[in-house]
Amino acid sequence: MNNLSDLSVMALGGATVLYAIAMVAHAIRLARVADDKAAARSAAREAVAVGAPAPAHGLPVAEAPVASSPGGRAAKAAGIAKATTFMGAVLHGVGLLARGLDAGHVPWSNMYEYTISGSFFAVVAYLVLQRKRDVAFLGAGVTGLATVSLGLALTVLYKDVDTLPPALQSYWLVIHVSIATIVTGIFAVSFIATVLQLMRDSRDRDVRWGGTRFRWLEAVPTAANLEALSFRLNAVGFVLWTFTVMAGAIWAEHAWGRYWGWDPKEVWSFVIWVLYAAYLHARTTQGWAGRRSAWLAIAGFTALIMNFTVVNLFFQGLHTYAGS
Amino acid sequence: MARVKLDNYVVPAAPRLGFRGWLRWIWRQVTSMRVALILLLLLALASIPGSVLPQWPQDAAATRQFVADNPFWGPMLDATGFLDVFGSAWFTAIYLLLFASLIGCIAPRALHHWRELRRPIAATPRSLARYEGAGPETADVTVDDALARARAALRPRTGRAGALTGYRVRIDRRKDGSVALAAETGHVRELGNLVFHASLVAVLIAVAYGTLFTYRGQAIVVEGRSFTNAVAAYDTFSSGSLFDPADLDPFTLRLDSLDAEFSDTGRPLHFQANVTFTEPGRDAAAEEISVNHPLESGDAKIYLQGNGYAPVITVRDAAGEVAFSGPVVFLAQDAAYTSTGVIKAPDVTTGEQLGFKATLYPTFLEGPFAVASIHPDPANPVIEMLAYTGDLGLDEGVPQNVYRLDESRLSPVQDEDGQPVTLRLALGETVELPDGLGTVSFDSLPRYGAFDLRADPSLPWLLTAAVLTLAGLATSLFASRRKVWLVATSEDGTTVVTGAAYAPAHDTGVGAALERAMAAAVGRAPAPGAEEREDA
Ligand code: HEM
Repeated sequence: MNNLSDLSVMALGGATVLYAIAMVAHAIRLARVADDKAAARSAAREAVAVGAPAPAHGLPVAEAPVASSPGGRAAKAAGIAKATTFMGAVLHGVGLLARGLDAGHVPWSNMYEYTISGSFFAVVAYLVLQRKRDVAFLGAGVTGLATVSLGLALTVLYKDVDTLPPALQSYWLVIHVSIATIVTGIFAVSFIATVLQLMRDSRDRDVRWGGTRFRWLEAVPTAANLEALSFRLNAVGFVLWTFTVMAGAIWAEHAWGRYWGWDPKEVWSFVIWVLYAAYLHARTTQGWAGRRSAWLAIAGFTALIMNFTVVNLFFQGLHTYAGS
Repeated sequence: MARVKLDNYVVPAAPRLGFRGWLRWIWRQVTSMRVALILLLLLALASIPGSVLPQWPQDAAATRQFVADNPFWGPMLDATGFLDVFGSAWFTAIYLLLFASLIGCIAPRALHHWRELRRPIAATPRSLARYEGAGPETADVTVDDALARARAALRPRTGRAGALTGYRVRIDRRKDGSVALAAETGHVRELGNLVFHASLVAVLIAVAYGTLFTYRGQAIVVEGRSFTNAVAAYDTFSSGSLFDPADLDPFTLRLDSLDAEFSDTGRPLHFQANVTFTEPGRDAAAEEISVNHPLESGDAKIYLQGNGYAPVITVRDAAGEVAFSGPVVFLAQDAAYTSTGVIKAPDVTTGEQLGFKATLYPTFLEGPFAVASIHPDPANPVIEMLAYTGDLGLDEGVPQNVYRLDESRLSPVQDEDGQPVTLRLALGETVELPDGLGTVSFDSLPRYGAFDLRADPSLPWLLTAAVLTLAGLATSLFASRRKVWLVATSEDGTTVVTGAAYAPAHDTGVGAALERAMAAAVGRAPAPGAEEREDA
């Protein structure tokens, strides 16, 4: 242990705590917004039915920003959520940077490092998205995922810094693995949107989802809007994943003398790619658009997580240094 | 897709499909989106066993072990292709069907797209009320000038470049005196999609081409020794069916030294082979080969794939004559390079042949219960060996594994108590075998490099196809498919413009595109933020 690794672990620990607070605040906000909506609806029902303006034409117009709804309690929770998420991301970034400086190489060469950097990119993807439009409804999921990943990383996966084995001493480590890690973050955010899409869809059409337990789903956008959002993220993710696989093949050609050898890690990268390609096709196939294609996106993300966990830990292959 | 009744005899009125009809029907099924989707899912599913079960091409030893350990499942899975998934008939069938479907799908679409590009786009719909709208707003110029300005905004560049980067635009004068502008973008997207799918086919063709012409060989070279490139010189060699051995460039590669650096804890830091490389007709050149940095020679690349120790051993027989002398390749068994090797000395002048099973400990440490190597560097190299006498079985002409001793006709050398004798030699030592069988010495400890030579003439093609795939994909997913319409009328001399736009649901930037066209038409600045949001 030295100063840098202490700093890294402390910053990541701090980020974990902040994310946990952010998750609770985000969840409270969702519940409050849903409550306010329900209250507003019953108030409107009491008032005389006024000819409300019809939704503009066929196009989905961005939902009214829910954060600005009049409920002061929701606004307060939103403020706390926003501040803690941002501060968490800053600490997370400091932790990553310190880890990288300490190790003397990019912080993505083993499972501990993948986990801390992958969750960082998920939060960053969320924050970047949040700058463009209001996606605060994803906040609880994103910070929740980040809390769990960082917690697991610090407690179970932690490894002291070590030198890079010769196989990883290549600029392709920076290119291939960084993009892979960033994609994981993007797909993670999209995964949360997809899960929300399925839940919201269930609430809209299934009475079993109708109770107050899932009332918070009223605070998230419609299933169609969530579908559109996760498609855009998946599209970006898919292009970057295609690049990741290609860069990996080029690196394998340099390091191992073959660009593709159906090593377990390669098999799973291929499976992930094919699943997301199937998802993109399903979106435009009659009878598959909507719920079924959403399940394919979920299958794709599950395979991605498998590739980072089960495949690293249990399958023998050339990539086995990843598990150490 | 309509549900098709397979048995149309039951419906007398239905026309019978006939042979060609059936063919056409089958083709239509194969090229349908739903079948493509199902084939993609099958492809993903079929790949998974290839990562779970041991596979012949990836790890033959583990696969052999698996078959031996599972007398029922092993042979069964082997016979059904599960131990070579990616070469199996069913995996091949899935991807060939998928590619047939792909070609059947994109060829007509490419043709359609080509025709579509040469045809004018559809005129503005009669009623714009169904779409997201803008306006009406008044403009300070004539109806025609207003729409000309909108056209320039939607397609800033003229000519072919404009067609690629901007909207396709048409302007019609309608019967009621209004002028309508219709603008469409999306042809680039479709083009990208076609390039993407076609490039996938190109990837497959490049891979197939590579499989036919590729070759690879493995050779182990001890420090100070040379290797000449020829099929017979390799320890293992494999090639595609159209490879011609005469294509091998007869270079020689001399391994001058092999640097292996380890940390204090024994983690590998760097491996590098320093070689003298001589191509026919060229001067010898000093080169370095390290992990991630192969040496290129013509089409071929030479990789450093492994390394280890090849202790130089001399065996003298009972008569004191040299029965064997030279480096013996030992294979590392763990991270500390505890290595095992076999020495065979068939050429004894008297008595029986000699064989040895040996273990090398680069940094030898003797504990109370066991011996071990504690670091991969040769700080205190010690070899322990068991000696055997008898018949090595080398005379039958059957090729033998150099790393294995066939013990069937050998007996271990024993001490007076009948226990096998373990000989222990430090570097530079010589020990006597019991019963005056001879001596063994451990003379020096060079390293060796395991080299892999591989050539695949398809690589440049494959890279090109891959780059096109990526470019096509990005274009297809990120280029937008939008329609923008403006209708300008003249009401009492004032020009009034209304607009509308359409795009798929996930495209949130279309409103901004409409705003830009509208602002240009009426001659005001676009609403703030419109530019930014347009490609959001
Ligand atoms: C090797 C098999 C295939 C792969 C990996 C694949 C992959 C993809 C991907 C990633 C996309 C989304 C990107 C884009 O829009 O260009 C896509 C779109 C598309 N694919 Fe494929 N595809 C395959 C086979 C097929 C086949 C067999 C068909 C025809 C039945 C087909 C028809 C389409 C169509 C029409 C789209 C556009 C969908 C849209 O409107 O967004 N593809 N494909």
